[in-house]
Amino acid sequence: MTILEYIELLFNDYTLRTITMGTAILGAVCGMLGSFAVLRKQSLLGDAISHAALPGIAIAFLITGAKESNTLLLGALISGLIGAFWIKAIVTKTHLKSDTALGLILSLFFGVGMLLLTFIQKQANANQAGLDKYLFGQAATLLEKDVWFMASITGACLIVLLLFWKEFKLLLFDADYTKTLGFNVKFLDGLITSFIVAAIILGLQTVGVVLMSAMLLAPAAAARQWTNSLAIMVGLAATFGALSGVVGTGISASHPNLSTGPVIVLVASVFVLVSFIFSPSRGLLFKEIRFRQNRNDLKLHKTLSFMYDIAKTHDDIDHPHSVRILNNFHGYTKKSLHKLEEENLIVVIGTNWSLTKKGFQKAENLYNQHIEIND
Amino acid sequence: MKAMKDEIAVAIDDLTVAYNYKPVLWDIDLTIPKGVLMAIVGPNGAGKSTLIKAILGVIKPIAGSVSVFGKPYKKQRQLVAYVPQKGSVDWDFPTTALDVVLMGTYGGLGWIKRPGKTEKKAALEALEKVGMLPYKSRQISQLSGGQQQRIFLARALVQNAEIYFMDEPFQGVDATTEKAIINILKLLRKDGKTVVVVHHDLQTVPEYFDWVTFLNVKKIATGPVKDIFNNENLIKTYGINYQVSVQE
Repeated sequence: MTILEYIELLFNDYTLRTITMGTAILGAVCGMLGSFAVLRKQSLLGDAISHAALPGIAIAFLITGAKESNTLLLGALISGLIGAFWIKAIVTKTHLKSDTALGLILSLFFGVGMLLLTFIQKQANANQAGLDKYLFGQAATLLEKDVWFMASITGACLIVLLLFWKEFKLLLFDADYTKTLGFNVKFLDGLITSFIVAAIILGLQTVGVVLMSAMLLAPAAAARQWTNSLAIMVGLAATFGALSGVVGTGISASHPNLSTGPVIVLVASVFVLVSFIFSPSRGLLFKEIRFRQNRNDLKLHKTLSFMYDIAKTHDDIDHPHSVRILNNFHGYTKKSLHKLEEENLIVVIGTNWSLTKKGFQKAENLYNQHIEIND
Repeated sequence: MKAMKDEIAVAIDDLTVAYNYKPVLWDIDLTIPKGVLMAIVGPNGAGKSTLIKAILGVIKPIAGSVSVFGKPYKKQRQLVAYVPQKGSVDWDFPTTALDVVLMGTYGGLGWIKRPGKTEKKAALEALEKVGMLPYKSRQISQLSGGQQQRIFLARALVQNAEIYFMDEPFQGVDATTEKAIINILKLLRKDGKTVVVVHHDLQTVPEYFDWVTFLNVKKIATGPVKDIFNNENLIKTYGINYQVSVQE
């Protein structure tokens, strides 16, 4: 199937369209809120919350005996919130650090959830099958009403985000200072945490408990590489998230037996990988290129200033000197000599070199420039 | 000057802070007169930063009250500005120098309202005062430690407060920046503002400050530098083995 054929299918196939819309919206809201989680240094909070949602699903099923997704997600929401606030309570009330609290709550809730799931599976209830889809998600079960629900939650998040943008930014950068300015930090913090929980609950059906945190973190981590502005970062993360949803759904729909959730997460990870390598200011590739460039420039500068020191002692700048006197000099290579000649900084005649006027001036200014750069 | 100092800027009453039952600040009574440039000195773990944070409500004290110009601090927040320790935030945060300084206007704006032209103008003026105007669009991680400290100072200046609390503003800055900062603090004092600084370098206390508080969990002494900055109080604060030559 070519891409064009797939796009045609996307417009004609109702189910595929619904799923694509759903995963795109999910990706966007996760990217948006994930930026806040990453900058608030709460990357793992999402992981703990999503795992903490599992027992809620199982208990909701045990109580109602039905597999109605809204009821199950309500259960997930409640236990996710309990998990999140337990984590906060452990951090504030005990000596334990947040990573310990996160790990503790994550495994405790997930353990209880798995226990309940196996218990449910042993029961003689015909309804039980398929509860485990919440472990890894099953995008194919998305209905139009689910998508509408996701869209309305996303809209609500967006409105609150824009409304309290200034306050959120302040809190993310400097929470103590936010307090001294008279803003209610607990309220803002609670708002962010509730939104992160909401985004996770939205994603459980599609991506599942286990991989959900990647949906939250990957687009944000990728977006951070490309910009130094919070607004652009949030926008970019939403875009990366939405694209991961669309592309992931596409790949999984056009190949048999590829489950959608993991593919979406993998696509999001590709965004991260590409961003880590190719981002112009923070990427590994350009950092390495800049490093080499600097090293080469430095080599040239060192050679040039060495030549300047020699040339300075003569009345005429273009007095020729033997290349051999450079031999003992550390920064000198044949290549740098050629490079200097190319840039018209020196002239090489036979085995002798001499500085040009341009080269002399450049060397003279070299020191001043360094001072300017360092200042 | 004398008349000004009779007015009390900050009055702290029975302030006690404890972390997990261990007292960090014990029953602090302290009055800070208006218009002084005051250093808080004391050894590591004396509770200097904690004192500032407790005054500003960042940390919840287990007892005590703070009043600013005669009214409870909570009602007077607009009159108080804060410079936290530079290391307390992540400087890799995606924002610019100007943006950080603008944050100083957020308190005056209150909820939801965004900074406009007036706020931006004030922020640019504050950047100018600390000599950071050329760096206004820089990403904050690309600033040196001293420059970051100046940005924090500018953010407090833009709050246009009456009282300034600063937590080690000279930490990790070079001599030039230190001089620049102290000059700004002296200008604030000239304008009748009150400035309280957590300070580490005892040698510079007589040169920089006119008021000093010795702190080591309890308040040891507080008053004019010329009267109380002496070996007796230093030994009481830092212990018997501590010797320093105090410039007369």
